[in-house]
Amino acid sequence: MSARALAVVLAAAFGLTALPGGAPRAANPPPDIVIGSILPLTGPLAQTGAGLRTGQELAVDLINGHVSYPLPAVGHSGLPHLGHARIRIVFADSQGKPDQARVAAEELISQEHAVALIGSYTSSTTATASQVAERAGIPFLNSDSSAPGLTTRGLHWFFRTTPSDATFAENFYQFIADLERTRKQKTVVKKIAIVGEDGLFGTGAGDAEAAIGSQRGFTIVTRVAYPATTTEVNAEVQRVKSAAPDAIMIASYLPDALLFMRGFKDQGVTPQAILAQDSGFIDPGFVRALGPDAEGIFTRDVFSLDIKHRNHAVPLIDQLFRQRFGGKPLDGNSARDFMGVLVLADAIDRAGSTAPEAIRSALAETNIPGDLTLMPWSSIKFDAQGQNVGGAGIIEQIQAGKYETVWPFDVAVKPVIWPMPAWKH
Amino acid sequence: MALRRRREARHLADARVEALSTFGQLLVAGLLTGLVFALVAVGLTLVYGVMDVVNFAHGEFVMLAMYAGFGLALLGIGPLVGLPLVSIALFLFGIVVYRLFVRRLLTGPPEASVFGTFGLLVLMQGLAQALFTSDYRSVPNPPFQGTVQLGVFALPQAALVEGLGAIVLTAALFAFIEYSSVGRAMRAVSEDRTAATLMGIDVQRINLLAFGLGSACAGAAGALLLLSNPAFPDVGASFALTAFVVVALGGFGSIAGALLGALIVGVLEVLGGYYLSPELKMMPVYLAYLFVVLVRPQGLLGRR
Repeated sequence: MSARALAVVLAAAFGLTALPGGAPRAANPPPDIVIGSILPLTGPLAQTGAGLRTGQELAVDLINGHVSYPLPAVGHSGLPHLGHARIRIVFADSQGKPDQARVAAEELISQEHAVALIGSYTSSTTATASQVAERAGIPFLNSDSSAPGLTTRGLHWFFRTTPSDATFAENFYQFIADLERTRKQKTVVKKIAIVGEDGLFGTGAGDAEAAIGSQRGFTIVTRVAYPATTTEVNAEVQRVKSAAPDAIMIASYLPDALLFMRGFKDQGVTPQAILAQDSGFIDPGFVRALGPDAEGIFTRDVFSLDIKHRNHAVPLIDQLFRQRFGGKPLDGNSARDFMGVLVLADAIDRAGSTAPEAIRSALAETNIPGDLTLMPWSSIKFDAQGQNVGGAGIIEQIQAGKYETVWPFDVAVKPVIWPMPAWKH
Repeated sequence: MALRRRREARHLADARVEALSTFGQLLVAGLLTGLVFALVAVGLTLVYGVMDVVNFAHGEFVMLAMYAGFGLALLGIGPLVGLPLVSIALFLFGIVVYRLFVRRLLTGPPEASVFGTFGLLVLMQGLAQALFTSDYRSVPNPPFQGTVQLGVFALPQAALVEGLGAIVLTAALFAFIEYSSVGRAMRAVSEDRTAATLMGIDVQRINLLAFGLGSACAGAAGALLLLSNPAFPDVGASFALTAFVVVALGGFGSIAGALLGALIVGVLEVLGGYYLSPELKMMPVYLAYLFVVLVRPQGLLGRR
């Protein structure tokens, strides 16, 4: 069964309307509209890049197709306000390197005549590629980089749909506040320890956690930044232990995340909660390596298939994604890139033109309600800096070896276990 | 008044005891960390001592061993049974690499071995990337996850096993070099290649054996490191960087020096991380290295 046929069947099963795609295509179809996409297609991030590419390609096929979903811009056989012109996406490889991302952006603009760019996963490549778009006067949509600084550069042509690490930090404190509000017994969290690798990811997350924590009246008892490639974290664990925090907020890749969790266990560091910024903590290797020691750890995530409780397109898109990506489920990265392409297509369609300034204005006026997305967001609306103000993450807790959504409470599938269970010896 | 003073005195004493026990804990952790570094460093120093070649791809040999250990773990073979298997496999791998590649580097200028082994590093990382992908591979529920409580100190079992492995490996290698006839021949080659040849020692064969043994050491290191680290294509780089400092500090070619250097680096890194700042934890290590290079360029136990 082809992907499209299956989608029709599934859509019918879920009570969706399969609309015949608007007006039939004219004898002389309008030229394709080219979107340039910069992704890490080779190098250490090649695997992630392949997933992102699949998400974007799926989005383009649904935009050019005629099956309706509760999602923007899809199912109209192209862009209706542009004579049903089809979207074509051209990929360029960043290799995960900032200088290569710049070259890729230049090629997409000068040789492929892309009307807009999308990309490019790592914050450092997004920084350089978006600078090229800025100089050329072409809209750049970023759907997957979370360094807070990207939207404070004063760029005119830059838009970001994903929440930044500042939002995720805010979510941690909101989660604690919501818990204190709803629980009969008061959750008393005052002292926070912040741990993070000393690259852009850990530092950005840590800065946001420290700033927002202080604003909200928490005491940051220690801030530990360590080199990501370290092979031992004895001193770091001892520092956290000496500070005796109520909760630990941590941003690590997998090898260091494992070192920290084993170190906390060995040294008997037992906070009420460990709140992690995904990455190493949502790697499949995390639970596999730690087994029962992973129980009760919280991690923020950008997406969960549990969102199906709000938008029933989620399992359908997941199905289509699996067919194209070797059975692997739709994840947060691919879901964000899928949405990114839809947001861009929606703006180009509303602009009714491929002129850069028209697309930019339409992007700035974007207003998509949260339940028309695959994401746990309240809406997609950009502020003056181009940051989506409706973004939010979810918080999951590892319970019986599985990641269960526990916050926000309206999409939660399991109740929170607080404080986290003691380490088992 | 007297009561308050007594209470303050008790607080002060408590704080001192705590500071002392923290220091002790860090010291022990530093020594254990050092032993893990020694694990990687001994193979590197052996190859240098005999062949005068710094194998820049040594970390990638460790990486390969970790993947091999991971493969065995999937077949249900634990790290301790797997260790000799991985070591033998890496010994054979080392022999092949020597025969096909390293042998040719030795006939070129000194830079040939630098660029050659660095090229090997890039090739092995790239191949691992392509074959195994960049995913982290961790052994499901690895053994030795508990701690051993020694008085006030909590010692992780995995680190103890790794440390013990390092001591056994270093001692065995030391004994082999000092007391066996092949070991004597290796020392002869490392002291004076030409004289050794004149004495009837087959230098090519000794080189081959040294490279194989160095690889086998990387194999043992990889099998043990898998207890507390996942395998991934770049994993060797972080261990190898420290190993280079360790070897330079202890003296290029000296096995006892590698052990001593590793212990110093481990202790300095952990104490520096706690008392200075985790971001600066490598600073005392590199300062000690600079100091040794300036006042004793051959390293602590190295010969000129």
